[in-house]
Amino acid sequence: MLLIECPYCGERDETEFSYAGEAHIARPLETEKLNDAEWADYLFMRKNPKGAHREQWLHAAGCRRYFNAERDTVNYKVKSTYKIGEQS
Amino acid sequence: MSKNYRLAEGGRINREHTVNFQFNGKSYSGFAGDTLASALLANGVHMVGRSWKYHRPRGILSAGAEEPNAIFQLEKGKYTVPNARGTQVELYDNLDASSVNCWPSLDFDLMSINSKFARMMPAGFYYKTFMWPKSMWMKYEHFIRKASGLGESPRQNDPDRYEHAHAHCDLLVVGGGIAGLTAALAAGRAGARVMLVDEQAEFGGLTLNSHAQIEGKSASQWIEDTVAELQAMEEVTLLNRATAFGYHDYNFLTVNQRLTDHLPLSERKSGREKVWQIRAHQVVLATGAAERPLVFANNDRPGVMLASAVSTYVNRYAVKPGNRVVIFTNNDSAYQTALDCKAAGIEIAVVVDARAQSSSELANTVRSAGIEVLNGSAVVDTSGGKHVSSVKVMNLAADGKSVSGSVKNISCDLLAVSSGWSPVVHLSSQSGAKAIWNDDQAMFLPGTPTQAQVSVGAANGTLDLKNSLHQAALAGNAAAKACGFDSDMAAPSAEALASEAILPLWQVPSIHASGRGPKAFVDMQNDVGVADIQLAAREGFHSVEHVKRYTAMGFGTDQGKLGNINGMGVLAQTLGQSIAETGTTTYRPNYTPVSFGAIAGQNLGDELFDPVRKTAMHAWHEENGAEFENVGQWKRPWYYPRNGESLDEAVNRECLATRESVGILDASTLGKIEVVGRDAAKFLEMIYTNNWMKLEVGKARYGFMLGEDGMVMDDGVTVRIAENHFYMHTTTGGAAGVLAWMERWLQTEWPELEVFLTSVTDHWATAAVVGPNSRRVVSAVCDGIDFSADNFKFMDSRVGKIGDLECRVNRISFSGELAYEVNVPANYGRYMWEELMQAGAEYNITPYGTETMHVLRAEKGYVIVGQDTDGSVTVEDLGMSWALSKTKTDYIGKRSLNRPDTLRKDRKQLVGLVTEDPKTVIPEGAQLVDNPGAPMPVPMAGHVSSSYYSACCGHSIAMALVKGGHHRTGETVYAPLANDRVIKATITDTNFYDKEGAKANA
Repeated sequence: MLLIECPYCGERDETEFSYAGEAHIARPLETEKLNDAEWADYLFMRKNPKGAHREQWLHAAGCRRYFNAERDTVNYKVKSTYKIGEQS
Repeated sequence: MSKNYRLAEGGRINREHTVNFQFNGKSYSGFAGDTLASALLANGVHMVGRSWKYHRPRGILSAGAEEPNAIFQLEKGKYTVPNARGTQVELYDNLDASSVNCWPSLDFDLMSINSKFARMMPAGFYYKTFMWPKSMWMKYEHFIRKASGLGESPRQNDPDRYEHAHAHCDLLVVGGGIAGLTAALAAGRAGARVMLVDEQAEFGGLTLNSHAQIEGKSASQWIEDTVAELQAMEEVTLLNRATAFGYHDYNFLTVNQRLTDHLPLSERKSGREKVWQIRAHQVVLATGAAERPLVFANNDRPGVMLASAVSTYVNRYAVKPGNRVVIFTNNDSAYQTALDCKAAGIEIAVVVDARAQSSSELANTVRSAGIEVLNGSAVVDTSGGKHVSSVKVMNLAADGKSVSGSVKNISCDLLAVSSGWSPVVHLSSQSGAKAIWNDDQAMFLPGTPTQAQVSVGAANGTLDLKNSLHQAALAGNAAAKACGFDSDMAAPSAEALASEAILPLWQVPSIHASGRGPKAFVDMQNDVGVADIQLAAREGFHSVEHVKRYTAMGFGTDQGKLGNINGMGVLAQTLGQSIAETGTTTYRPNYTPVSFGAIAGQNLGDELFDPVRKTAMHAWHEENGAEFENVGQWKRPWYYPRNGESLDEAVNRECLATRESVGILDASTLGKIEVVGRDAAKFLEMIYTNNWMKLEVGKARYGFMLGEDGMVMDDGVTVRIAENHFYMHTTTGGAAGVLAWMERWLQTEWPELEVFLTSVTDHWATAAVVGPNSRRVVSAVCDGIDFSADNFKFMDSRVGKIGDLECRVNRISFSGELAYEVNVPANYGRYMWEELMQAGAEYNITPYGTETMHVLRAEKGYVIVGQDTDGSVTVEDLGMSWALSKTKTDYIGKRSLNRPDTLRKDRKQLVGLVTEDPKTVIPEGAQLVDNPGAPMPVPMAGHVSSSYYSACCGHSIAMALVKGGHHRTGETVYAPLANDRVIKATITDTNFYDKEGAKANA
């Protein structure tokens, strides 16, 4: 079971968190101006890398805040966590 | 043959305390401190079971967790335990054990006929033979399972209690042998918080059998002193009877502690097992090593036993496993067994050593004790019926590849075998360190750690005492230092013991052609022999993982602890490659089986498995005979049967009473979220598909939430309580998800918006008062509100009072009737409900549940998200595009509404269905086709999402998602059912009742 450091609460068991997908995907500002391919890229395409992955987590059974984490998808090590809007 | 094989003295048993027990219905006795296995051996009982496939007699082989044969069914009825390893079962008064896998009895087993046809039942036999015809497999399987089953799982509810505990420590030491104790001692003396867990009742591990000296005293005295010192340390926790069964990420280990299994049933008062979930900064694995058996013809006969197990039974339990022993080994350690046997008065026929010579100090001690040693020899076969009576010995070539010379028959009643040792690398491997083969030592060693852990002692392939103690002290010191403690304990002193190299011998060469001759077993629990592995290799299974699955090697309750390495050796030899190239199978949790009870802990039953949510009016519903249904975690009234009514009868009555006069529904479970803040309306503009900026205070509006993919996600009515204060309703099941969804947008995408979300679902009790007389009922109960039609319109919200209690009344309708939802703080829910019931009495106010609610809404074509939608349905598909704003440039999901797929004309669209026969109700979920007679596969036209009998309409009604359905009104579709019945129906719109909507606006 992972031990994840919530940037607000500190280290907590994985069971307190829920996963919220890839991080740093900004919602396009003028969605009506995107063509189908551009919208599909935002909507569906994800990196799914082997190795370092930046993703959002929610401290669901804690402070209820979303934050970003850099996690290695091979060995599950969470290298860092940081608040939304911050750079790691 | 009940005889006394107990030695006159010695052992770690309590001879003052006789323990009586039963095995297969017969009474025996042993002593406190015995295991079931040692007690049976003391009574001369070796044969304890039959093998899995061939039903061959099998005896006690080991003295530990690795035991493949001596597995028992303990106790009967609700206390029964299947597949308990007799080598680890502590004997207690009136223990009732029986063999598994024998029918009708151990001595006379009808299925042993399989043994005669063994040659015809090779690896994959069941798959190959019983696959055709395919339809018969279920029938075959029934008999195969019966023939091959192990223990029987309990049929009654488990009466025991199980617990979970969480712990954190600086150092977790797994294994309480001398290495584990030393590591714990080093860290403990430094002041670190240490936990030490061991699976046995007594700490000390295999060294409890040893005559060695540590720090100038006997090993057992040193163990006693060390345990006492550790127990006295405040920061040290010792757990015995505690098996570390899983090593997970971030040094998270799971340990199962058995609290009562060693006690007679009548004395088991506390919880039975406790699962510790331990997060450790550092881990030392001192899990020891397991001796391997040798593989030769008929090596599975009762009376064949691991050499170290013989020593354990002699030294620890004061039991003679036989009167005349042959020892067969390829390494030094079994020579100690020869000395142990001699000291116990067991006659030693001969030591058969596969190695051409043996001249270590230990081997020479054995020779000078007058024990004959046959070097360069091997046991090639055993004789005897249900017990070994003699062995055949031949000369073995120096490379171990062939046998030659004359066959010597040597009589004996015990054959002690040793093929070297396998470090117990299970936990190390589970932690992510891939085990590495070492050719010199002929064993898999723990791989490079990927977590903060280290293996020491025998678990690290270090079999001698002095080096083990040294490693352990270093590891304990290092772990303490890593946690910030100064630690520099010197290793306890012990004498070094030089040993000679092992001669790896994965199988004794057979004098017969491959697959001929008697069976030589690799995995005894699953009856996998050398020939099976060779066959698998010939048939093209070269990966060890494939061979495992084809032959079932290592799949038993013992997970191949004894047999796997030999099996890999045989496979490597067959394929002409090294073991390093062949590789090992994956070690997975659990190390030994863990009961379901232990895993579940207290998360059981209606109350604790999953929380049960009840509304404030729940007790009233119960008192008034409601049947309940589960909606998420909520218990909602389903219907209120009167005088033995059926569901249909009750629902018809509830529907008619509501439409003709007034009904009342507990609507408290709907999700309720307060959306507050300067930008609340702006936020709702993005979350909902329709407009919110201009909604007046005191007004409500219905809205759809979409996913970014444009599909309907949730719906509900939101009330504007004040300029910057909205009160949102979600579906009952969607509340938590919607809250998280909205938080995500606010926190990650629009942090500049000043909006605060608060879940208030449980804070309000809500009663929906529904029907033409609802105005009369609510106006009699709620003061301070003008309920006149002109001043309190549909979708208006007002605040009033019930007595002194403030209430909020929303005029919203999920039934098409004139309806009001009355909200009060939850603690007053029942009061409000009873006031409404009392005021409604003169109008025959009728409580109704979710079933009537469903019928009433379906009569009006109102959808339920999650029933009439499934994540692939758009607002347009529902025929409700009036709810999509034409003026907003953006909201969540809007762009997706113009994707080519969302614009398809043949999307499934929501329609109504009226059956040809008005009484027939189409089953929900039924597939619809245009032509039931078309050749298969018949093209699907859609499916039914909601379907009921409508007493108000006088016929059945249904809603369905039909391809291009919005343009098919009046057409016919068919619902072919599994029972060959075909229901014919006509497509209509979804509004079946009061089409002009006069009633809701009354």
